[in-house]
Amino acid sequence: MTIYLNKDSKIIVQGITGGMGSKHTELMLLAGSNIVGGVNARKAGTTVTLNDQELHVYGTVKEAMDATGADVSVLFVPPAFAKDACVEAIDAGMPLIVVITEGVPVKDTAEVFAYLEGKQTRMIGPNCPGVISPGESLAGITPHTIAGKGPIGLVSKSGTLTYQMMYELRDFGFTTAIGIGGDPVIGTTHIDALEAFENDPDTRAIVMIGEIGGDAEERAAEYIQAHVTKPVVGYVAGFTAPEGKTMGHAGAIVSGSSGTAAAKKEALEAAGVKVGKTPSETAELMRQILQGHGA
Amino acid sequence: MDLFEYQARDMFEAHGVPVLSAEVITDAGDAAAAAERIGANSGGVVVVKAQVKTGGRGKAGGVKLAKSPEEATAAAEQILGMDIKGHTVNAVMIAQGASIAEEYYFSLLLDRANRTLLAMCSKEGGMEIEQLAVERPEALAKVPVSALTGIDAAKAAEIVEAAGFTEDQDAIAEVLVKLWDVYREEDATLVEVNPLVKTTDGQIIALDGKVSLDENAEFRHPAHAELEDKAATDPLEAKAKELGLNYVKLDGQVGIIGNGAGLVMSTLDVVAYAGEKHGGVKPANFLDIGGGANAKVMANGLDVILNDEQVKAVFVNVFGGITACDEVANGIRGALEILGDSATKPLVVRLDGNNVEKGRAILDELNHPLVTQVDTMDGAADKAAELANA
Repeated sequence: MTIYLNKDSKIIVQGITGGMGSKHTELMLLAGSNIVGGVNARKAGTTVTLNDQELHVYGTVKEAMDATGADVSVLFVPPAFAKDACVEAIDAGMPLIVVITEGVPVKDTAEVFAYLEGKQTRMIGPNCPGVISPGESLAGITPHTIAGKGPIGLVSKSGTLTYQMMYELRDFGFTTAIGIGGDPVIGTTHIDALEAFENDPDTRAIVMIGEIGGDAEERAAEYIQAHVTKPVVGYVAGFTAPEGKTMGHAGAIVSGSSGTAAAKKEALEAAGVKVGKTPSETAELMRQILQGHGA
Repeated sequence: MDLFEYQARDMFEAHGVPVLSAEVITDAGDAAAAAERIGANSGGVVVVKAQVKTGGRGKAGGVKLAKSPEEATAAAEQILGMDIKGHTVNAVMIAQGASIAEEYYFSLLLDRANRTLLAMCSKEGGMEIEQLAVERPEALAKVPVSALTGIDAAKAAEIVEAAGFTEDQDAIAEVLVKLWDVYREEDATLVEVNPLVKTTDGQIIALDGKVSLDENAEFRHPAHAELEDKAATDPLEAKAKELGLNYVKLDGQVGIIGNGAGLVMSTLDVVAYAGEKHGGVKPANFLDIGGGANAKVMANGLDVILNDEQVKAVFVNVFGGITACDEVANGIRGALEILGDSATKPLVVRLDGNNVEKGRAILDELNHPLVTQVDTMDGAADKAAELANA
């Protein structure tokens, strides 16, 4: 099995007519995703043809869901409109929204997160590469050619480190690889993904990639100790990051003595997670586990 | 972006938060005139305060009471140019003196762990809040605040009660509601008032403030660009920002270019480990050129890094995800053509991922004397560190 996304997932794209939206819808189709349409209020009733497939553009998420039975929406809308697009999808009852958009004001994301309470929608992101269940479906921008299906579950704050780690372990493959995003407030956390991987019978081991800022990794470590029976291998980026500087991701900042990579590594190791010093060393730790030498 | 106290004060005033009158000066020669204007309503008494983005100003001698324009000038002369925890004082605020009866604490911030906002309030202000939280945690009320509903009159009353105020509740609550306006309307991630004071004549005033603004929200606030402390911005960082590059200057010898924030952070770490074997060389910068590593972006990135005099070697670490490695290799080739003779430092290139063979072949064919290809990230980091230590 996979988590969050499988071959039966019906995907719509909010922002399908934009540059990013159309380019990545094409790539998602190439990855085998079942894209059933897109949303753009100003182009409702038209169609777009991507990768030889004609896709309907609906005026609202609700209309798209009613017409297609879509259960996943991928958002490529500009930062200024991301909040409203999320709220629209949540109001329509969309089960999963994947927000790729980078640069969403944190207040907007915090408002969307508060709005999610009591609703049935799961949000992944913002500022993330999305989810890929290799061989089944892609909802996001992760290149589908890096690695195939296999026994590893991967959860990461970073897009390119997700790709790097998938590449290092491409001979094993993945059930699902999920990029949760590097913003200060995100919809789906390491803990959510760890729980889903723990409950997925096909996932044999988990790679968790973190980075400086916040305390999500420390909390994940506590969760792993209490609830995760599968082997977990970890990697944390940003040991050399200076205090008070934002390193690319809005959430990647060491504030005073909190949010350091060293503290995160220590917390993960205390929870029994093997933490690699580099991405390749981390992949090697996973390799040993899957080959039966390290577990 | 963190603001100076005087910028926070002006922002408070614009949103109706009660503050004392004040002026900011950068030349001690202007202190006397400012003190005369500001002190007119406080018996000539003013406070001269260093404007630096760090705590502990008082202990460092950066805050002085002045009872006359002459004293204000003397205080400004002493404080301007002072170094407080590595921050040079380039400006002082001349603020109206006030007779303080009580000092309180209030802050509203983003609570990342709980993905909500958090108000913190105490009747015991003035001291460092970290210290209060450790020594007297029961004296610091923490009240979650919904990002959707914020601090309305009822929420403000709840915070005031949680902090244990038994008098002036309404006056304090009114100030909290106005501070919420600052938080919401300015897209802040932190609004802190320490101390929030009650004067001997019973007024509630925000005496010192700290505000952090969300850079992702800059598109809603064009005026915020003027709040940036250009004097403190590293010239290379300023240049990179103009070119639209995500660059942070560090103190090291190995220039770094990569794609994706996580991979670049990881690259810095791997170079630092490699440097331990090569004379302790360190990464010189963080530079994320993002997904589209075309020749122009690559040339701009190299241009910034090669202008860093500390840099002895450059490590280009790219994982071809969306972008294919042959495009990246063409980007490097184009960048070297654009830069011509101004490219003088060795470049270690590691390409992996999408179309890696084509990418490596392009660089092999280029056979540029400055470019060395290494296939693995760890190996390339080692080579770059070695060259930077040569």
